[in-house]
Amino acid sequence: MAQIELAGIDRSFTVGDSRVHALSALSLAIEAGEYVAIMGPSGSGKSTLLNLLGLLDRPDAGHYRLEGRDVTTLSADEQAAVRRSRIGFVFQSFHLVPRLSAAENIALPLTLAGIAPAERERRVARALRDFGLEERARHRPDELSGGQRQRVAIARATIMQPALLLADEPTGNLDRHTGEEVTQLLEALNAAGTTLIVVTHDPAMGRRARRQLMMEDGKLKSDSARQSSRAERPPPAPEPLG
Amino acid sequence: MSPADTLRFAGRAAFAYPLRTALMVLAMAIGVAAVVVLTALGDGARRYVIGEFASLGANLVIVLPGRNETGGVNAGSFITNTPRDLTLADASALLRAPLVSRIAPLSVGNSEIAVGGRLRETMVLGTTADYLAVRHLALAEGRFLPQESLGHASAVAVIGGTLKRELFGNEAAVGRMIRVGDTRLRVVGVMAASGQGLGFNTDELVIVPVATAQAMFNTNTLFRIMVEVRGRDALAAAQRQMEDILRSRREGELDVTLITQDAVLGTFDRILGALTLAVAGIAAISLAVAGILVMNVMLVAVTQRTGEIGLLKALGATGGDIRRAFLVEAALLSLAGALAGYGLGQLGAWGIRLAYPVLPAWPPDWAVAAGLGTALLTGLLFGVLPARRAARLDPVQALAKR
Ligand SMILES: Nc1ncnc2c1ncn2[C@@H]1O[C@H](COP(=O)(O)OP(=O)(O)O)[C@@H](O)[C@H]1O
Ligand SMILES: [Mg+2]
Repeated sequence: MAQIELAGIDRSFTVGDSRVHALSALSLAIEAGEYVAIMGPSGSGKSTLLNLLGLLDRPDAGHYRLEGRDVTTLSADEQAAVRRSRIGFVFQSFHLVPRLSAAENIALPLTLAGIAPAERERRVARALRDFGLEERARHRPDELSGGQRQRVAIARATIMQPALLLADEPTGNLDRHTGEEVTQLLEALNAAGTTLIVVTHDPAMGRRARRQLMMEDGKLKSDSARQSSRAERPPPAPEPLG
Repeated sequence: MSPADTLRFAGRAAFAYPLRTALMVLAMAIGVAAVVVLTALGDGARRYVIGEFASLGANLVIVLPGRNETGGVNAGSFITNTPRDLTLADASALLRAPLVSRIAPLSVGNSEIAVGGRLRETMVLGTTADYLAVRHLALAEGRFLPQESLGHASAVAVIGGTLKRELFGNEAAVGRMIRVGDTRLRVVGVMAASGQGLGFNTDELVIVPVATAQAMFNTNTLFRIMVEVRGRDALAAAQRQMEDILRSRREGELDVTLITQDAVLGTFDRILGALTLAVAGIAAISLAVAGILVMNVMLVAVTQRTGEIGLLKALGATGGDIRRAFLVEAALLSLAGALAGYGLGQLGAWGIRLAYPVLPAWPPDWAVAAGLGTALLTGLLFGVLPARRAARLDPVQALAKR
């Protein structure tokens, strides 16, 4: 059983009078611990796919099984619980809460999960140490460099030890050198066992992943692991759309 | 998220926007302060008036000439025109009522009082010996008017403390002769300082036998008659007896008005209580306005923090977590406003008491409770809509903001 199984996923948006098919008839399986890069032109549905994987969005059709469980039918609160415990997000624009210090930003998922303050403090202290942010613990986001901000965001994304780390253009707002550092950080987390799925524009970064997915017009154009996956599980026949 | 964490998170959010928070707290504070100050003023006025009338005594009936058609007590009770005068004969007739224990007929006028070279304008009150007991007054020196028949115009006077100081200084007044108008009178006593009292301040009064006053002012009418009844329970019955007596003396027509302290107090209590309530209502409107402000400020906060809300959702916050955080934030701002307003209001009431020492301008407990309660309730109530809007935001679109 793969960690992530998508079958016949459709997601479309209504813009004005027309419908935009952000994802159509998408099927995909990702094993635990994989390192996957999602690439493709702008508007090809990469972010929509990542949001679906992160349970921030629901498909119009199809099924998503996460760790063997069909998560598309879960209630909003149940999905929140899954996000809280199993999924970490890293965003292009960091999304740090401006009034909270680095340490407090990192502690947010623990707070939301209702973990006791003492335990919280212990885990945040270790995360600060692991990510080289000890000196910056009390600083607010506007007192941090871009690289430091993204490190805080990654520390926050991993503080709950999620099984799945989703990153949407994590280096998009960083210079090449800092971007490289952040990429290495994410790869180290993947090496420690976390499944890593990265949306990226950067072909160089994409090549570093063990598996590349190419998106185009809401469809999977190519999958570097397709041969093997096709042999095991042929994708369902695409259904004609209404 | 635990309640303590929700509170801390909301508190941090409130402090993160000091100008917004200050404005909202101010709006709420003004509302609550208005409630506190205005009700303090209203209730102070009520207590002042009641205190004045309460000093009359509970088993007192005042007889005024003229009929008050409504039967109850209103402003007209005190300025009725006089179709048929009250006389000393009426007063002594009232003494025949079994339930009447004492009477004090009053006749008043202004005159000049002279001692040696010193001259001053003063108010003269003609009454009887029982006036002292009826009004619960006390003497500083000497004695009060002698017990004598109503028609006896003896040439004695009792003067107020202020008059005594002004006319005699440190010399003894008792036994001295004074001239009031054209009448020479002997001072037999000096009143103790009475301070505030309804009607006349005895400190500046010359009190003479009622017949002496009537002769002085060349009249045979009375200003009013104060009647003391045997006990508070007998008030209604005594009033009926007095009405019967007076009716029989005026060809079956009762063209006098009987006022009891209870009736006066009840009326004033009602009027001023209603006034206080109205004033509290007006103040409550400013609280409602503050509530609408809270709502708008919170809606702006939700818009401002859309990205943050999206992030919280991505981190696993439930809709309930976010709704509670925003609701608590609104409640905290309202609470701060309410407390600030309470402080401001108490300060204002203290200022009023300082400026008008006679007015017991203390905000009533119910008004304080209502003010604080309404502030919190409006804050919460008007916080619900923004909080729900925040909780319902779509996380993907929220994250796309900013
Ligand atoms: N909330 C939305 N409303 C309308 N159209 C959307 C929305 N989100 C995505 N789309 C459309 O879906 C398509 C895929 O978008 P997206 O997944 O963001 O692409 P990518 O991340 O690959 O650039 C685009 O055509 C985009 O305009
Ligand atoms: Mg995108």
